[in-house]
Amino acid sequence: MKVGLFVPCYVDALYPQVGVAAYKLLKSLGVDVEYPEKQTCCGQPMGNAGFQNKSEKLVENYDELFKAYDYVVAPSASCAAYVRFFHPNIVNHECQAAAKTMDIVEFLHDVLKVTAIPGAKFPHKVSLHNSCHGVRELGLSSPTERSVPRFNKIKDLLQLVEGIEVMEPERADECCGFGGMFAIEEPDVSARMGKDKLARHIATGAEFITGPDSSCLMHMQGLVKKGQGDYTSKAGRPIEFIHVVQILASGL
Amino acid sequence: MSTKHAIQAEKFLQNPDKVARHDQTFWSVRAKRDVLAYQLEEWEQLRESASQIKKHTVTHLADYLDQFEANATKNGAIVHWAKDADEYNEIVMEIMRKHNVKKVVKGKSMLTEECHLNENLFKNGIDVVETDLGERILQLMNLPPSHIIMPAIHITREQVKENFAEKGLLEKNGAQGAWSMGVADKTELEAKADPTYLTRCARYHLRDNFMEAECGMTGANFGVASTGEIVVCTNEGNADMSTSIPKLHIASIGLEKIIPNYDAMGVFQRLLARHGTGQATTVYTSHFKKPRPDGEFHIILVDNGRSSILSNEDHWQTLKCMRCGACMNTCPVYRRSMGYSYTYFIPGPIGVNLGMLKNKDANYHNCSACSLCCSCDNVCPVKVDLSTQIYKWRQELDSFGHADPMKKAMSQGMKVMFENPGLYTTALKFAPLANHMPSFLTDIKLNAWCKHHTMPEFAKESFHSLWKKGKVK
Repeated sequence: MKVGLFVPCYVDALYPQVGVAAYKLLKSLGVDVEYPEKQTCCGQPMGNAGFQNKSEKLVENYDELFKAYDYVVAPSASCAAYVRFFHPNIVNHECQAAAKTMDIVEFLHDVLKVTAIPGAKFPHKVSLHNSCHGVRELGLSSPTERSVPRFNKIKDLLQLVEGIEVMEPERADECCGFGGMFAIEEPDVSARMGKDKLARHIATGAEFITGPDSSCLMHMQGLVKKGQGDYTSKAGRPIEFIHVVQILASGL
Repeated sequence: MSTKHAIQAEKFLQNPDKVARHDQTFWSVRAKRDVLAYQLEEWEQLRESASQIKKHTVTHLADYLDQFEANATKNGAIVHWAKDADEYNEIVMEIMRKHNVKKVVKGKSMLTEECHLNENLFKNGIDVVETDLGERILQLMNLPPSHIIMPAIHITREQVKENFAEKGLLEKNGAQGAWSMGVADKTELEAKADPTYLTRCARYHLRDNFMEAECGMTGANFGVASTGEIVVCTNEGNADMSTSIPKLHIASIGLEKIIPNYDAMGVFQRLLARHGTGQATTVYTSHFKKPRPDGEFHIILVDNGRSSILSNEDHWQTLKCMRCGACMNTCPVYRRSMGYSYTYFIPGPIGVNLGMLKNKDANYHNCSACSLCCSCDNVCPVKVDLSTQIYKWRQELDSFGHADPMKKAMSQGMKVMFENPGLYTTALKFAPLANHMPSFLTDIKLNAWCKHHTMPEFAKESFHSLWKKGKVK
């Protein structure tokens, strides 16, 4: 099984450590993983802004670059969801790579069926950020709107980590208000959503907020750093942010 | 460039406590809905059935409309067809003139709102009294609804009291209201804006109007084709009061509200109130089939753009909507921006879509009011693909000339950069320099991100660069 690692643009530029953790984790689990260098972006920022027609070439490039792999794995639920569900509509044909693109949580949980992560240790209380596209497009957890048996793949994986205590905020999968261009076009609604979300995460008593999307974490972290409110965790320190994959790779 | 929605939302958000109350009120309705949803094992099957029935009905609409008309006529109702709002208002006026109507008591109906019925009646010298409590409060305050099910939820009881005082309700009906609660002196009740007292005042005020009106008007939640009857769901019994005293009943119903039969009715009745208000059922589910003795029962079937939506491949699913309001209650943007921030009278996810179908130039402003969280898609009882439709509208804005120039320029920039891996890696290399830009350069007014956020910091070395140097092991 050959896996292509997709490190989306903003993870590449802002959170390379998330990409590194993903690579190391996959390697340690015996996966034959490669990083094709000519990758850039999934195209979501343009689609979100109303210009998916400007991403046609990008989508074709993505398909060309990744179609030979058995799976394409990304440490970013929203980008993975965009590739899988939107790419075929943008270019009006089936995309081989899109169908095989997964978020790393899905891949570990459903494909590798990981039941142990040797060495992973994170002796902290974390609040789980169930990001919208992870929940409602990829099905990383059961959407609270639906009357279906409850599950949470992210939580399942995190619970394999020694010493961790995983909490979920009240309104477990309400949007944090990032939404890409939404945060710029509707800055006030977006910020209010984020501040409400932060308050609920902090109320769990967590020291860290963790999730499968660095974009949501970036939004909330930006709000915290701006300092328009008090975002001290119950541990007495400013609330911290960490991607799920960094916790899972903590022993590497 | 900010949309009208963003500008109005900013104003609403200036009062954080008010926002918190608005958000929590609607979230609690969503939470009540969830409790009921989790209790029903067949919940998701019900949603799927409802979606399929609606799809079937709207794709066989002409047949069901014919069937409905034939059965309603057989029952003794008089059925009218209105192609648009003007024709609808003319039909109403014709009936009113024939019966020399001076006053109408009216149940809640978003269709009449859509067709501007009240303004039209007033213009023609006919007094209209809304009989749903929330709608009546708003009518007295001369305000539009801010939500389709709980239209006056943004109004406080103090505001209601002040308005009732101003409009003479407290003076006229206060003593009776207090008496009905076993209280001799209404002063204290008024001082604390007692909600029960205010409701009683409204009740007696409305009862006077029920007695005086020559015509009762209702909307309809459903029109049952197999029986030719209309079904109206209320919590206050006001549709029944409106139709029990006047001999003349005019019901207004959108074409898409027709359902095939009682079996279908059973599915929708189980879903409507659970979704809308978190109740297992509305307090009153009233079936109107024939005129009262010596009375007349008119049913006006209104198109007003619906048949053209049916032929719209991307947006026909809006016709499945039964106006329960669940998408508003769950929408994190609606809850924090309030109905008046939207340019269309129906707010929230369904309103964004219906507004665009009605008038793109007036309502494109609402397309920004969505973070694409997809929660609405998952609550909708008839599975309208609400967020997908909003995404599609955004793709079309440029062709209507309403794309945001900044977003267009940014997307063009991204296109160039992301299509060219070489350019992209060069940009990555220089990106960290942006970290050293002084914040007065980045926190400029044009950069809306910096209104509430600090700029994210670029890593010293991107993943690309780390990989190239063999540092990723």
